Amino acid sequence: MNLNSVILMRQEIFLLAILLLLIVGEIFIPNHKKRSMVHLALLLFGIHTMVGFFAIEEASLFGGMFRTNPLIHLFKNVLNVGVFILLLQSADWIQEKLVKDNKGTEFFMLMFSSLLGMYFMISAGDFLMFFIGLELSTLPVAALVAWETSKRISSEAGVKFILSAGLASGVSLFGISLLYATTGSIYFDDIIGLVASNNLTILASILFFSGLAFKISLVPFHFWTADVYEGAPISIASYLSVISKGSAVFILMILMFTVLKPLLHIWEHIIYGIAVATMFIGNLFAIRQHNMKRFLAFSSIAQAGFILLGLITGTQLGTATVVYFVLVYIFSNLAAFGVVQAISLETGKEKRDDYNGLYRTNPNLSLIMMLALFSLAGIPPVAGFFGKFFLFTAAASKGYYFLVFLSVVNVTISLYYYLLIVRAMFIRKSNHPIPFFKSKIYMRLGLIATVLGILALGLYSPLYDYIFDISIIFNK
Amino acid sequence: MDILSLFIIVPVLTILALVFTKGLQQARITAMVGSLIQLGMASNLVIAYFKERAVNDSIMLFTKDMIWFDHFNIHYAIGVDGISVALLGLTAIIVLAGVFISWKMEDLPKEFFISLLVLSTGVYGFFISIDLFTMFVFYEIAVIPMYLLIGIWGSGPKEYSAMKLTLMLMGGSAVLLVGVLGIYFNSNADGGALTFNILEIAKVHIPFAAQKLFFPLTFLGFAVLGALFPFHTWSPDGHASAPTAVSMLHAGVLMKLGGYGIFRIAMFLLPLGAMEWSWFFIILAAIGVVYGAFGAVRQTDLKYINAYASVSHLGLVLFALLTFNKIAWNGAILQSLSHGLLTALFFALIGMIYGRTHTRDINKLGGLMKTLPFIGAVYVITGLAYLGLPGFSGFIAEMNIFVGAFENPDMFHRVLTILAVSSIVVTAVYILRLVGKIMMGPIIDEHHHDLPKVTWYEKTGILLLLIPIIGMGVAPIWLSDMIMASLQPFIQGVLTH
Repeated sequence: MNLNSVILMRQEIFLLAILLLLIVGEIFIPNHKKRSMVHLALLLFGIHTMVGFFAIEEASLFGGMFRTNPLIHLFKNVLNVGVFILLLQSADWIQEKLVKDNKGTEFFMLMFSSLLGMYFMISAGDFLMFFIGLELSTLPVAALVAWETSKRISSEAGVKFILSAGLASGVSLFGISLLYATTGSIYFDDIIGLVASNNLTILASILFFSGLAFKISLVPFHFWTADVYEGAPISIASYLSVISKGSAVFILMILMFTVLKPLLHIWEHIIYGIAVATMFIGNLFAIRQHNMKRFLAFSSIAQAGFILLGLITGTQLGTATVVYFVLVYIFSNLAAFGVVQAISLETGKEKRDDYNGLYRTNPNLSLIMMLALFSLAGIPPVAGFFGKFFLFTAAASKGYYFLVFLSVVNVTISLYYYLLIVRAMFIRKSNHPIPFFKSKIYMRLGLIATVLGILALGLYSPLYDYIFDISIIFNK
Repeated sequence: MDILSLFIIVPVLTILALVFTKGLQQARITAMVGSLIQLGMASNLVIAYFKERAVNDSIMLFTKDMIWFDHFNIHYAIGVDGISVALLGLTAIIVLAGVFISWKMEDLPKEFFISLLVLSTGVYGFFISIDLFTMFVFYEIAVIPMYLLIGIWGSGPKEYSAMKLTLMLMGGSAVLLVGVLGIYFNSNADGGALTFNILEIAKVHIPFAAQKLFFPLTFLGFAVLGALFPFHTWSPDGHASAPTAVSMLHAGVLMKLGGYGIFRIAMFLLPLGAMEWSWFFIILAAIGVVYGAFGAVRQTDLKYINAYASVSHLGLVLFALLTFNKIAWNGAILQSLSHGLLTALFFALIGMIYGRTHTRDINKLGGLMKTLPFIGAVYVITGLAYLGLPGFSGFIAEMNIFVGAFENPDMFHRVLTILAVSSIVVTAVYILRLVGKIMMGPIIDEHHHDLPKVTWYEKTGILLLLIPIIGMGVAPIWLSDMIMASLQPFIQGVLTH
């Protein structure tokens, strides 16, 4: 391990250092000062996020197990920014609820080790590293989901999550072993040349796919989503729907566009079907939800269906549009979850009807929520519109006009239920509206960051151009 | 700053200024000043256009092009011809009139004017765009504020109407998106680069199979907004629930986006597809003309009457466009302008009547001429203009449409034209009956003897609309010339295909 490899792995090393520092802090900081741990963790992670923006060139380490390049690096930065905003939004919750029970540091440690797992997962150069990363990113989340152990619903969510995740990982691992059996290698670079379109390989890739489909909560692997989101603390639901889903989409895309590229002609049909099913089921079930967390769960399932439109292409355009959409989606969903979190923290209310008349008491929160929902629905001029339009363009570039048509039908359906929230906030009146309140500084920073992201990402076009240019890496 | 981008910048600045206002007084003054500047800009644009047209005979004037998303070849490209200049003027007039009519907007005034101006920004942007993507963006920006405008400030079953309207229009735009993508990916048919630029695509020979597939999608996407039968059902409910200024803007301007888009995009870019499909859509349009007229006869709510009348009159625009005749096309554009002004005026008057009597049911109204002479007189004038009395804008437009449509020598078009002409008679029935019932006649309700006087801001709003209506009727020649000249590229591109 020389200096060069330290530089190439600096994101991972830095995050690990933060993790260890926090453990040291946990030991040496006295209990009555534990609140400062939150500031410390935020500060360290903020620095980490900033430092991450220094460029990294393309390279691979440990004989090809670990690789990095501008696109992977960019995606790690995207995850960092997402987690940082998420931490800002949860800081008050952690200070008020967790530190009291002496569990503040554990929260950060679990989340950071999960993030570390994602780093390794998307940087993986072989299936072993990939699988370790996948597990490392999933297991700590199970503990986070079951955080509020005193609540039945939270424990139930934890059990549900760990069981489904375990099953998915097992199936995925079985797929990997079959792939090893047919090709004799676990290194991505070797397998690319060896994958042949025979039945065993196809079966292997389908099994492997289902593991990731679970994390992205594609239909029919979505059953855990709503229950887990509902039971988990809002920060964790947000983390699952944004960060965890984003990283899984990214690695799935890389693998499909490189390792499984020879099977793309078969994948096209599978992804087509799954995309249509995911969009329709996510959207139709979202209409019926009254709990905001469950609602956002189904909305995020539907969004995952849209992402598949970019995956179906297997081109540079597809890569760029998927990465761009995930980036946009992270900001939009974080904004929506942020508002839900702010309101839940202040009043404990999480139902749609509780939002009636929100605009008249809390105009700023309502506007942020509206912006987030419009972005999720794909209404210009906010970023979500550009994200969706480009995804559709990618699918249309391969001639999938009918799929695009089905997607725009779904966009219209989704608009209906997003407008239901807008209706509650702006149009409906309530006898007991949520009273006016001022969020704390961290929460406000977290929400402002998402708003800036939602507004800037679409109108500032050089960002997309940059993503497109570096997307060439996996489509040579 | 170029003369066209101002049409986006000024409304946006007005919106930003509105954000910092407090209370009704500040909000309405700010909105008024902003819309007044827009009207000034529109007048200035008309003058500048005539000057420029004299020395410049390219299709679009004042063009400007800025790269936006390089890899998709998406540009912020703007430019105007006579048609868009006329429609921009129409928009500016109606927005200002709408602000005056909403002078007493008590509930959340700041938010109301902001939404109104977002809508107008979208409309302006749509009319000046010559890039499909930019145009589509502005189209959606124009539609979405309707949800809040109707939902928050509307009346009656406003939640239902707002949702229905928004979903149908956004559904239309979703279908349109597929059409736009289809056009985009066929824009390299002659070997060039993929492009969203309308003028460049118009030069490309898009394969017939693609035209045949994407024309109906593009057409329907816009036709939903243009209230084509049977996709018009959002319109009566939406208009009836919307507050006055929103009905004015929506029927007056927003619905014109449909016809304009069909002409500028669906027919101009996909002429072969248009020829192939015209027989089908022209039947729907003709049904809409007659159905809308009969629907209006049947209604008793003033706003519903007007909404169905709009379906009929805008059906006529689509009908004229699909006849592929330049005189009819000229009539279609004139009809768009004329209907925009007339229907906005109608909705303004209805709003004023409703504000005073608190009913829109014609069975409960009568003898308003005696108590509200100003409203009564203008109502009668508007009604007469609406049914196509010579000397007003409506006559010029419908005359052109029917003369042009009848020039098609085949039986099919002639029968449809006769069918559409018959709607004039039905229009006369419901307009005259209405005027007789609520304006003349005895005063039915005791409370209607003593109604509040018409205020200065209402009169200003009314006159803003009335003057151009008479102007168009008395001296249509400039406008007609301006439109005719701009029809040349369409005649070359579409008719001689």
